[in-house]
Amino acid sequence: MKKVIKFLSASFLFAVMALNANLAISADYKVGFIYIGPPGDHGWNYQHDVGRKAVDEAFGGKVETVFQENVPESADAERVMTQMALAGADMIFATSFGYMDPVINVAKKFPKVKFEHATGYKTADNVSTYSARFYEGRSVVGHIAGKMTKSNTIGYVASFPIPEVVRGINSAYLAAKKANPNVEFKVIWIFTWYDPAKEADAAKTLISQGADVILQHVDSSAIMTVAEEAGVYAFGQASDMSAFGPNAHLTAIINGWAPYYVEKVKQGMAGTWKGGEQTFDGIGAGMVIIGELNDKIPASVKKEAMAIRDGIASGTLHSFTGPINKQDGSPWLKAGETADIGTLLGMNFYVEGIEGDIPK
Amino acid sequence: MDLSEINFAVLVASLIVASTPLVLAALGELIAEKAGVLNLGVEGMMIIGAVSGFIVGVETGSAYVGIIAAAVAGALLSLLFSFIILIMQANQVASGLALTIFGLGIAALMGHPYTGIKSPQISTISIPILNEIPILGTMFFQHDLVVYLSLISVLTVWYFLTRTRAGLILRSVGEDHNVAHSLGYRVKTIRFLAITFGGAMAGVGGGYLSLVRVPQWTEGMTAGAGWIALALVVFSGWRPFRLLVGAYIFGGITILQLNLQAIGVNINIAVLSMAPYLATILALVVISMSRFRGNRGAPGCLGTSFVKTT
Repeated sequence: MKKVIKFLSASFLFAVMALNANLAISADYKVGFIYIGPPGDHGWNYQHDVGRKAVDEAFGGKVETVFQENVPESADAERVMTQMALAGADMIFATSFGYMDPVINVAKKFPKVKFEHATGYKTADNVSTYSARFYEGRSVVGHIAGKMTKSNTIGYVASFPIPEVVRGINSAYLAAKKANPNVEFKVIWIFTWYDPAKEADAAKTLISQGADVILQHVDSSAIMTVAEEAGVYAFGQASDMSAFGPNAHLTAIINGWAPYYVEKVKQGMAGTWKGGEQTFDGIGAGMVIIGELNDKIPASVKKEAMAIRDGIASGTLHSFTGPINKQDGSPWLKAGETADIGTLLGMNFYVEGIEGDIPK
Repeated sequence: MDLSEINFAVLVASLIVASTPLVLAALGELIAEKAGVLNLGVEGMMIIGAVSGFIVGVETGSAYVGIIAAAVAGALLSLLFSFIILIMQANQVASGLALTIFGLGIAALMGHPYTGIKSPQISTISIPILNEIPILGTMFFQHDLVVYLSLISVLTVWYFLTRTRAGLILRSVGEDHNVAHSLGYRVKTIRFLAITFGGAMAGVGGGYLSLVRVPQWTEGMTAGAGWIALALVVFSGWRPFRLLVGAYIFGGITILQLNLQAIGVNINIAVLSMAPYLATILALVVISMSRFRGNRGAPGCLGTSFVKTT
């Protein structure tokens, strides 16, 4: 009887593994990636996939990478990561905020597998997090937006009211306001990272209400397409989107994950990788890259934008430098004071001047 | 908050664009249901139309060719449904659900190389003179061909169903297929034609989504529009003009909530996001309550298989 059970369970395991053939890995070091959308989004997921390909290239045949796209931020994520770990992955990059709890759960079950979670804040012995200071890039595009708007109305399509997104809105607003004191922000929350139809509707709405520059913190290139058609300006999100709007595309905030991924895989192979670390890099480290500037931007504005970029990179400039008040008028930063990392990572308030409420 | 910041002419114009896929798909389903066929595969036929229209549009460089391809693709997928329910006599509800699942899957497969590509543009056709009327011109007379086509289709379907002999025959097949059969009408042929029309219309609705409204191909981009279309058919009491109104209410509130957010209205956004669904359901309930006297327009043989007995 025992033999029968053994045989049955073995064949069951074999069947499961055969089903997961696309995840089965055979090289020396195996790295898995899970994406929230398709790598063909030309945005967030595309850039993570660029990073994955950089890992492929950097180590030749020694490292094999696999990826799973369109993984929902739910129990599905746990299932997919468990499958990857069972299939022999040594390191797993979970590339969206909502994978946070699934990563922690799966990491408990597989203490030998190393987990890297993007934009989260929970760590463990075998879980490190990494995020980029996108807000630094938003200072640069905010300045350009403030200078380029003629209606003084800037539209902002936002995804979820999490600190990362709120931080981006504040940073862009402060820079735009400095460049153009008359500027006003209109924010629409669409509660999804990736839904081209919703993103397009939101952008059209903002344009109909007078916005002539659109910023986005959602993943698809639909907004760029809409902006091009309507003859307004927009910025590429996560990667260069100029193909979707050659006239509309002023520049892009590009996510540079490749150096980080290569470095972490190298550490993993050498045994020097550590869990519990929280990386938070920006323009200086190359994790946030400002794309090419459209020639529609006047030379003087280009120069100012580059000065902001270089100032942030060298550390002489900080996106959040006081005096800054919170939306309700209460003081946040004194003159010359810069924001501390804790407040930035948990940011849940608008700065003074932005209208509307952050949804709860 | 300043309501005057909302441009209502543009709001109406964009609600029409947002509702057009629903109008098209629901009209097709209305004809199928009037013939007694409940096809729950609208979502599947829409998405297959969306992906095929997009692929053909990109390859040929013409959005119009894309729209035609979307119609053909939707109709082709509906052939499968016709075969299963008319010839194999399978259960319509289960077959329709299967069609949706199948359509979503195969569309994802077909569309994979086409994510993140730009589609050819479809130009708007301003109707001369009328488009210069202030406000109304912006609202109704500066749209693309498909929008006008959807409105003409509403009129045509209404005329066909209520004013023509062919429409009467179609309805009789839906009301009682045995009687229609004994009168010498070809029940299966008529149902087959109705299903094919439904497929083509759902396909065009999907094609409009990927070629005009977004315009891009994304996996699962219909995002439940097919189900809304199905609900609209019931909500309208199987009447084309009410269907149009229902679709515009749904699209209108979807667009309105974005506008309210942009002007900074202090309403819980979760409430705003569910408003279109709530409003449509509410309208549905109100209408059906006021019409409990007798026939609500549901075809007598809706969802039942026809088996020739004599």
